[in-house]
Amino acid sequence: MDKKRRKFLKVAGATALAGISAPAVVKLTSTPALASSGHGAVAEGQGNSDASHKQETPSGVRLGMVFDMRKFYGHPELMDKAINACNKAHNIPQIDSKKSEIKWIWRAPFNNVFPEHSAYHASESTENNDFMAVCNHCDEPPCVRVCPTKATFVLEKSGIVAMDYHRCIGCRFCMMGCPYGARSFNWFDPRPYIKEYNPEFPTRMRGVVEKCNFCGERLAKGLEPACVEALKEVGAITFGDLNDPDSEIAKILRENHTIQRKPALGTKPSVFYIV
Amino acid sequence: MYNKVTIIPGLIIFVLLVTFPLWFNAFSTASTVPKVELPPGGEKQCVAPAAEMRASHMQMLNEWRDDVLRNGNRTTVTVEGKVYRKGLQMACMECHTNKEKFCDSCHEYASVTPYCWDCHLTPSLAASKKETH
Repeated sequence: MDKKRRKFLKVAGATALAGISAPAVVKLTSTPALASSGHGAVAEGQGNSDASHKQETPSGVRLGMVFDMRKFYGHPELMDKAINACNKAHNIPQIDSKKSEIKWIWRAPFNNVFPEHSAYHASESTENNDFMAVCNHCDEPPCVRVCPTKATFVLEKSGIVAMDYHRCIGCRFCMMGCPYGARSFNWFDPRPYIKEYNPEFPTRMRGVVEKCNFCGERLAKGLEPACVEALKEVGAITFGDLNDPDSEIAKILRENHTIQRKPALGTKPSVFYIV
Repeated sequence: MYNKVTIIPGLIIFVLLVTFPLWFNAFSTASTVPKVELPPGGEKQCVAPAAEMRASHMQMLNEWRDDVLRNGNRTTVTVEGKVYRKGLQMACMECHTNKEKFCDSCHEYASVTPYCWDCHLTPSLAASKKETH
């Protein structure tokens, strides 16, 4: 009897030890990369697949934009022209408050638009000029991942990150998610702050988040986005299908070195800049 | 019958009181079905027959909304040769230009408060801040 109890306690102890340590052992032995960093799997997947750092792009139409910043240097009025065209087309209110302002397309210094790019010994054009910023319509949009009501989503047909204001509950998770500050919240009824109405487009109401929609309503009519059209004669903004090798935008991307905003985040923006 | 003198007038008064809502409504104008204003431009054709529109315009507007926004399908609707773009401001209000006399008259009667106009512009409101130059 005594012997039996002794044996039982030994076995029970060993089993308990094994049970406690098993998860740790499994974790350590299975994928060593995972144990060291949380994002290891993603980085490894891209790093190992090919050495040229070529990123996988989704197939089908994927609309994008190229800002040729060289044409904006010394011409801030061009930026304002594009911004005003957008404001007019989308009934965007003009609110003089950093907290409450609504912006779909805006201008900001290089450091704010490209915080990941070095501005150490920056060129004069970088130092003295503002840069255009707009919703990047990312391939991997963080705003879409965090939206609890699917009020913001990717339109499969075009790659546009769209908003359905009917569904937005104003939780502002997307504003937290967006690393580009491309989303604005309507803290109050925007109508008193709209200078003139575009009767073809709705306004927004208090309590919804809004952002650039790549002029989906204008594309349906065969028009180009309002900002692109406003600067048509300068040719400073090019809009088109990134996946169509014959499109003007694909040609520009092939021929010029372009940069994107915060590429390290892996959001894969569809907006490019020639600086 | 005992107490005929009190029972019969009492019964008559009781019946009159109980049926009060019925005959009150019969003589009052509070519940007449509102007459909506037909398009001032004289259009006779809509995207669907009047009875269907009256009964289910809200479903159709929701379908249009989902089609345009969520499916990215902004194709037009053609009914008897006339092309309509899918949209409250872009189709409905083109003909029914007076929201107060068209939408509101029925919605008030039915005691419904749709939130369309929180964002969508009525023609009169859109005209109130128009491009002047």
